[in-house]
Amino acid sequence: MSTTVATFSPLLLSRLQFAWVIAWHILLPAFTIGTASFIALLEGLHLLTRRDVYFRLSNFWTRIFAIAFGMGVVSGIIMPFQFGTNWSRYADATANVLSPLFAYEGIMAFFLESAFLGVLLFGRKLVPRWAHFVAALMVALGTLFSAFWILAANSWMQTPDGYVVIDGRFFPADWLRIIFNPSFPYRFAHTVVGFYVTTGFVVIGVAAYYLLRGRFAEESRVMLSMTLWLLTVLVPLQIFLGDQHGLNTLHYQPAKLAAIEGDWNTESRMPLTLFAIPDQVTATNRDAIDIPDLGSLILTHDPNGTVRGLKEWPRDQWPPVAIPFFAFRIMVGIGLLMLALVAASWWLRARDRLHAVWYLRLCELASPLGFVAVIAGWTTTEVGRQPWTVYGLLRTADSVSPALTGTDVMLSLAGYVLVYLLIYPVGLMMMARVVRRGPAEAREEPIASGRPEGPVRALPVAGTEDSP
Amino acid sequence: MTVLPFDFVPLWTVILGFGVFYYVLFDGFDLGVGILYGFAPDRAARNLVMNSIAPVWDGNETWLVLGGAGLLAAFPLAFAVIVPAVYFPILVMLLALVFRGVAFEFHYRDVEHRTFWDHAFCYGSALATFAQGIVLGAFIQGFQVDGRQFSGSTFDCFTPFSLFTGLALLFGYGLLGTGWLIIKTEGDLQNWARRFGRYCFIGVLVAIVVVSLWTPLTEPYIAHRWFTWPNIGFLSPVPIITAVLAFWEWRSLNNRSEAAPFIGAIGLFLMSYFGITISLWPMIVPYKFTLWQAASAPSTQAFLLVGTLFLLPVILMYTGWSYWVFRGKVRADIGYH
Repeated sequence: MSTTVATFSPLLLSRLQFAWVIAWHILLPAFTIGTASFIALLEGLHLLTRRDVYFRLSNFWTRIFAIAFGMGVVSGIIMPFQFGTNWSRYADATANVLSPLFAYEGIMAFFLESAFLGVLLFGRKLVPRWAHFVAALMVALGTLFSAFWILAANSWMQTPDGYVVIDGRFFPADWLRIIFNPSFPYRFAHTVVGFYVTTGFVVIGVAAYYLLRGRFAEESRVMLSMTLWLLTVLVPLQIFLGDQHGLNTLHYQPAKLAAIEGDWNTESRMPLTLFAIPDQVTATNRDAIDIPDLGSLILTHDPNGTVRGLKEWPRDQWPPVAIPFFAFRIMVGIGLLMLALVAASWWLRARDRLHAVWYLRLCELASPLGFVAVIAGWTTTEVGRQPWTVYGLLRTADSVSPALTGTDVMLSLAGYVLVYLLIYPVGLMMMARVVRRGPAEAREEPIASGRPEGPVRALPVAGTEDSP
Repeated sequence: MTVLPFDFVPLWTVILGFGVFYYVLFDGFDLGVGILYGFAPDRAARNLVMNSIAPVWDGNETWLVLGGAGLLAAFPLAFAVIVPAVYFPILVMLLALVFRGVAFEFHYRDVEHRTFWDHAFCYGSALATFAQGIVLGAFIQGFQVDGRQFSGSTFDCFTPFSLFTGLALLFGYGLLGTGWLIIKTEGDLQNWARRFGRYCFIGVLVAIVVVSLWTPLTEPYIAHRWFTWPNIGFLSPVPIITAVLAFWEWRSLNNRSEAAPFIGAIGLFLMSYFGITISLWPMIVPYKFTLWQAASAPSTQAFLLVGTLFLLPVILMYTGWSYWVFRGKVRADIGYH
């Protein structure tokens, strides 16, 4: 096969296209899932303490949430159609098992959007405080349900269970085992906590931005302190969950783990490769920096433990090693950076110097780190799953729509690239505008998202409707 | 695999049939309003036109996801054949919907580029509609299938017939849109909507007649369905009711009734929908696979049915309530501004 053919194959281009649309999409749930829970927390604190600052912060973050949620919906509509347009053989083979999970995600997200988002965004004056808190809680719960179903489907593709294969297609045998497949609990926990951490770093970044400019001091102090306490729990928890998820991968997807670690040969006393340039052709690492025995120790919790290398499997079952190898190191590196930042906060707090300028600068710089880690982690797990769509059972090459040509997919990919490059910057600009205006004004400004502030005015104000 | 004695296919056919019609009707009128937006006389009128659908359009569009996911879940074989066959119309529709969707928000927040977002809203609505019409035309003409997959070219879906149905749907959604605007507006703007309603109606009438002749002439399957005895006898109410509805629609566009043009347009859509269903029944991939051949496993259909039967009525009730809240004429001070 010549390089030109390989470069412009509908398979590769379809993979690029899916990576493109999902990478942009995942940034939004990564933020909205965290923000929804954060808003519910702020509403709860406001209900408990009656402190006005929580109220202002909740309104402020709800405004940003509304924009991100709207963009999430718009970019999410594109996703289910990808299975049909570009991955029709995958759709045909897996639909009996996976389609209800996707459908439940859609219908539950819709249920939450129609029932509670309206109250959260527009109902402040219409419903009692506790009901507004309940609405915030339900929206947060709804975003978690969405994540639940999507990650159940994704996990099933990684560690399929509870199915039978008839004529090359998957059929459901046990729904509980399909949903709660072996990697699902780990992936769900690791992803959701990752999303929380991502949002947490955005929040402290915004707080630091205000503190450095001497604006909204009360709000910023509350945001910074409270979020750093949350991250004190969440970041170490996330590192623990990541380790557990890694052990789960070692058990169920050993070839993926070998790629992540850059292990080509099966060895006991496996070193831990900190850095290298993996060479798929010669099956070796160049310029490797290794720590002796540590690989075995981490993966088997025994320095003499045997770790399998990629050569255990035929070459046509290897993932493209370099991508998960580097993506994993980016993710872990960011995790350690985050831990260092959080640990620094303990030290500074003990000396009452949490608002030191250098620290606030770092917090500001760190605010997008979570998103990079999310993309890196997602890349690790998805590219590491290759060359399969359903691990060990259905090849990616056998999943793509058969009638597509390279030109078809090149045109559609170009379309998605152009449109996303236009829409995302504008959306980001709008969120940045809300941040620049700040929480104090959040009160007067009506929240506009997919729905206008109409309901607030169109409805009678609560309490007055009873009067004759 | 559990063997379930119950045949879920009729129930899922009704649910999906309802879902698709709901989408066509509801996103149909707000896409139609989006198309008409481009013809509105001035800024004030444009704002009213956009605000008339601002509270409801996102809910309407979500039915597209439910429809797509529902088709995949209930009739996966149809999803796997049809969606890749209409690759470019789907792509154009999705991208157009993105533009149109963000235009609601960006149009008033990004004032410096308001003209750009105005165009995005109008052309986005029109393109999405045209693309959906092409999907419909391609669907009626059927697809080249090998085994369980579409085996034709990605450009097969662009035929004179599908381009005609694309055009027809522009008039169709336009008619629904004017019907909606006549309910939601008053005075000059309402008269303007009535005038455009009459243009759209003529387009729709021509489209119904042409499609009703074109399809039986080119598809023997459809000709056989309609023009054999006794079918011709008990299917004759369909064209008769359509003709009565058309007459009523034309009259109500010319007199002062406010709700009648919208109701008449819904009626015409319903009759066209019945017409297509009768033509193609029981095919879900026309002339290749029936509903039963394309259905997912009974266990899959049953598993999804449990949640759907619970969540769908609640969603419909809430949607009904939100339309109730926004009832009455649209005012300049409510909505995006």
